[in-house]
Amino acid sequence: MDRIKGAEVTGAEVVIRCLQEEGVEYVFGYPGGAVLFIYDALCSQDKVKHVLVRHEQGAVHAADGYSRGSNKVGVCLVTSGPGVTNAVTGIATAYMDSIPLIIISGQVPTHAIGLDAFQEVDTVGITRPCVKHNFLVKDVRDIASTLKKAFYLAQTGRPGPVLVDIPKDVSADVCEFDYPETVSMRSYNPVRKGHAGQIRKALQLLLGAKRPMVYTGGGVILSDAAPQLNAFVRELGFPCTSTLMGLGGYPATDRQFLGMLGMHGTYEANMAMQHCDVLLAVGARFDDRVIGNPAHFAQNPRKIVHIDIDPSSISKRVKVDVPIVGQVPDVLEAFLGLLKANPARPGPAALESWWAQIALWKSKDCLRYNRASKIIKPQFVVEKLYEVTGGDAFVTSDVGQHQMWAAQYYKFDKPRRWINSGGLGTMGFGLPAAMGVQLANPGAQVVCVTGESSIQMCLQELSTCKQYRVPVKIVNLNNRYLGMVRQWQQFFHGNRYSESYMDSLPDFVKLAEGYGHRGVLIDKPEDVEPALRDAFARKDELVFMDFITDQTENVYPMVPGGKGISEMILAEDL
Amino acid sequence: MSNRHIISILVENEAGALSRISGLFSARAYNIESLTVAPTEDPSLSRMTIVTSGSEDVIEQITKQLNKLVEVVKVVDLSEAEHIERELMLIKVRAGTKEREDMKRMTDIFRGRVIDVSENTYTIELTGDGRKLDAFIQALDQGAIVETVRTGASGIGRGNRILRI
Repeated sequence: MDRIKGAEVTGAEVVIRCLQEEGVEYVFGYPGGAVLFIYDALCSQDKVKHVLVRHEQGAVHAADGYSRGSNKVGVCLVTSGPGVTNAVTGIATAYMDSIPLIIISGQVPTHAIGLDAFQEVDTVGITRPCVKHNFLVKDVRDIASTLKKAFYLAQTGRPGPVLVDIPKDVSADVCEFDYPETVSMRSYNPVRKGHAGQIRKALQLLLGAKRPMVYTGGGVILSDAAPQLNAFVRELGFPCTSTLMGLGGYPATDRQFLGMLGMHGTYEANMAMQHCDVLLAVGARFDDRVIGNPAHFAQNPRKIVHIDIDPSSISKRVKVDVPIVGQVPDVLEAFLGLLKANPARPGPAALESWWAQIALWKSKDCLRYNRASKIIKPQFVVEKLYEVTGGDAFVTSDVGQHQMWAAQYYKFDKPRRWINSGGLGTMGFGLPAAMGVQLANPGAQVVCVTGESSIQMCLQELSTCKQYRVPVKIVNLNNRYLGMVRQWQQFFHGNRYSESYMDSLPDFVKLAEGYGHRGVLIDKPEDVEPALRDAFARKDELVFMDFITDQTENVYPMVPGGKGISEMILAEDL
Repeated sequence: MSNRHIISILVENEAGALSRISGLFSARAYNIESLTVAPTEDPSLSRMTIVTSGSEDVIEQITKQLNKLVEVVKVVDLSEAEHIERELMLIKVRAGTKEREDMKRMTDIFRGRVIDVSENTYTIELTGDGRKLDAFIQALDQGAIVETVRTGASGIGRGNRILRI
């Protein structure tokens, strides 16, 4: 136990040095009593930069956006009690979408735990169901090894948020700093490579398909598998669709892409999904917004191959014939290797009648809307946004109609360009996420497509954007309604618009100006494009564009909850 | 088609591991009939036995979700093959001078043991599978039962079926 006094550092310094070792660029956080020592250690160095948010929910969403926009780990730092409870929505959002985050939370001193101390909450207990794993560190000598494990867990296997709770006395205590180089955990050994036999079997099925279909999800984005996916899909000439989370994994402008599928998917994608004879699911999980009714889906016989890193995602809602557990890029590489070794395969002629059928479905033109409208159509704004940004922006969104329109009408050709809360559906995600994306990609065009209701849920982050000069653009599709709620009430609740009208909205232009930004009101279709061009020309300014849009517009196609994927309501049906 | 399954889990003997597992069952609405846990010969590992029920699909999800927990080292569905299970019951019954002999005889028939005696009670220890313990309770005069405590089942595979790391 003979330690040289000079070599000892505080737990708080250990935390910061761990972050430095991991190459962390930004920490998004908010100080408070239990993290004072950590903040003290933070300010005496300049390697790890801190972004002071205005609400802890914003900190987690910003770290989340930072991660999604860069494939690095997002890091946040919050205090005990309300600091943590405010962060929970953000943590759950990241958990549902498998985003690698580290959340460091302060805790009351160890001797006070369990005594209902000021700002005490059972952080590990409260966050347990919405983290990949969490830790309470009770000894200063365990901080470094715990953080090493946390970073390892967050990024490997199926990624996810990991929380490390550090009591105040532990961050004040001293020890020697020793950051482990490797991690080994006997209980945690994520796989990489898929089973070779299963891969061969799957390829046989795919090559024999008459009506094949590739269905991709967020796993393609998370594992950076877009190159392998593109090579594989092009090689085989199969049609391809994507979930909301997977957009950009396969280029939306490619002729083999049928658009998004699911509740608000395209007619052709949903029909092809229902009628295919061999389905390849890649990093997707057949969730209820994709396959509304598994029994209806099962009415058409088909063979399903499912690649996923998480065994529990396989055969959860839909029975699968050939499961392949592994990292998507590795498995697709194996497929490509087999194709290379054995070039014999059915030519394009074999799929001619399938593509002809798809063309027929496509001819429904299910995303058409009234482009001649005198009132601004929200779809029109997204289409113009796509044009003005050259299809190359990072687009974040909140939750509701605007989110679906952004997903349907912005053609994402690259991964990590479409950033939204798909699983948890968290209103308030868009603005702080855009902030994180912009910090990860300085100089890039970053836009938050939102609605007048969602934007108000994390509006305070406009202040953070000012402080750190984050020049994101905000496209507010303002229809004075909780649009998606109103749409459901129109369809399923006899037009009774219970509490879905947003009265007493703020003047968003003045509000933006109040925060020191530029605000613009646009209420005529002919002003949409000039306003967007002007906003994106202002490279160093945050511009809040308040578009007054058609209040009656709905998102089509729509699969009502619990219905089969091919039982869509189309615009023409009404 | 809901069948009874007995699942054995090796888990890191760490604070919070039990609540992660029980939390998983409640969060995903899986049944728990009983749950027992204690450290193994290796004090860093705990062994847990969970008795649950569900369709084959649900049981498959339960084992997958358990495996996904970071602290879980191994999971086995014991009911997939030959196994043995035992449960311990302590039962306190009224045993005044009149009932004593009957109670002792009944205990002997079930191969139980009287482990505590007071002026008017016996405390009986009984081990067996769940059905045997149920049968013993059934066999008693219901009015005679004062208190019952059962551990829930512990299970182990037969012969060469071994769960260890």
